Amino acid sequence: MALLTKKDASLITDPLADNNPITIQVLGICSALAITAELKASIVMAVAVMFVLGLGNVVISLMRNVIPSKIRIIVQLIVVATLVIVVDQVLKAFAYELSKTLSVFVGLIITNCIIMGRFEAFALANGPWKSFLDGIGNSLGYGVILIIVGFFRELLGSGTLLGYKVLGDPIAKTGLYATGYENNGFMIIPPAALIVVGIIIWVQRSRNPALVEDN
Amino acid sequence: MLEHIELFFKSIFIDNMVFAVFLGMCSYLAVSKKVATAVGLGAAVIFVLAVTVPLNWLLDQYLLRDGALVWLGPEYADYNLSFLSFILFIATIATMVQLVEIVVEKFSPSLYNSLGIFLPLIAVNCAILGGSLFMQARDIQTLGLALNYGVSSGIGWFLAILAIAAIREKIRYSNVPAPLRGLGITFIITGLMGIGFQSFGGMLTGGGEEAPAPVEETTAEKVIEKKEIKEEIDSKDVSYNDAINK
Repeated sequence: MALLTKKDASLITDPLADNNPITIQVLGICSALAITAELKASIVMAVAVMFVLGLGNVVISLMRNVIPSKIRIIVQLIVVATLVIVVDQVLKAFAYELSKTLSVFVGLIITNCIIMGRFEAFALANGPWKSFLDGIGNSLGYGVILIIVGFFRELLGSGTLLGYKVLGDPIAKTGLYATGYENNGFMIIPPAALIVVGIIIWVQRSRNPALVEDN
Repeated sequence: MLEHIELFFKSIFIDNMVFAVFLGMCSYLAVSKKVATAVGLGAAVIFVLAVTVPLNWLLDQYLLRDGALVWLGPEYADYNLSFLSFILFIATIATMVQLVEIVVEKFSPSLYNSLGIFLPLIAVNCAILGGSLFMQARDIQTLGLALNYGVSSGIGWFLAILAIAAIREKIRYSNVPAPLRGLGITFIITGLMGIGFQSFGGMLTGGGEEAPAPVEETTAEKVIEKKEIKEEIDSKDVSYNDAINK
């Protein structure tokens, strides 16, 4: 970590746990819940957000001294929208099936509040390098939650991971299915994501009581 | 008329923005501690959705979709600007939110003050952009239906935030495990409400399987229509070329 000073490194590590954008800052929930039925979609979404947030933070940080504060929201939206169009077109060109699964949620990266939140709270007040690290850190924190949720929902819901049948074949009754295990269809439906995130929050706050809120 | 009623109930209960597709969750979680503020934000969301969805429908219909520019002349029929939809939709939304803010401030300062910061934040509420994007993805056919879709999904969102705010006001008096307090329990309640709302799925089909999807028919028709238009243009081109050759 010679490249990064201690302060810079904390920009990346803080959002991973104690200042996680999803479970602590309550930002960017929508996409975290909607596309996590499969692990693959979660990973792609995390990478897309990392691209948009990392680059967007740098762009906004470079422009921070010339943006009039009255129209800053529109300027920020245009920057994000442009980056998201790039992501969307790349996905459509190279991973068409996946872009169908993600459907409108790629577009909704524009209104992902993590992005606006980081622009407002960090990029408008800090230099490009720091903003870049902050963007990467926060999108990693977001990605971690997405991947945990996606992992459990795909494993318990369809018995696969990234499409590979890790628990055996449910039709031929091999592997774990031979013992009478059944896929839990509940994990596939959307509300299950909320409950999984709720449990993640529970675990996280039990480990670190300082995060506990009032009722 | 029937399709209006169907779309209305479908957007409120079956495809509820919060419980079925998770749109606008951030403000849903952040602004649902008190019923009064939840009502204010919900009303503002209904209003903004009712304005922006029809506007974006017009944009989509006459500017963005594949072959939309045909009204400029047959030679523009091949243009497909749909990659621009994100940027145009968000520009419409940001402008409309700004406009609503100015109008409300002028005509009802008390409402303006009570909404406070929430009004500008609606611009980045994913329910608003999601409304327009779903309108595009679901291929809504007429302006009236688009208006209906905007209003009814707004009502669905309003209903959801009202319900969770009421529950959260009461839950203050119950003994929730400390690590689950606040955010955690709200997530889990929302999940349970979502499961409850799934039972509305059979509402329009009489409890049977999925309703037969008329969407496919219409898209097939559309493809044929488009082909016809193209053929027309091609034949025009041919006759044009013939005329030149002669």
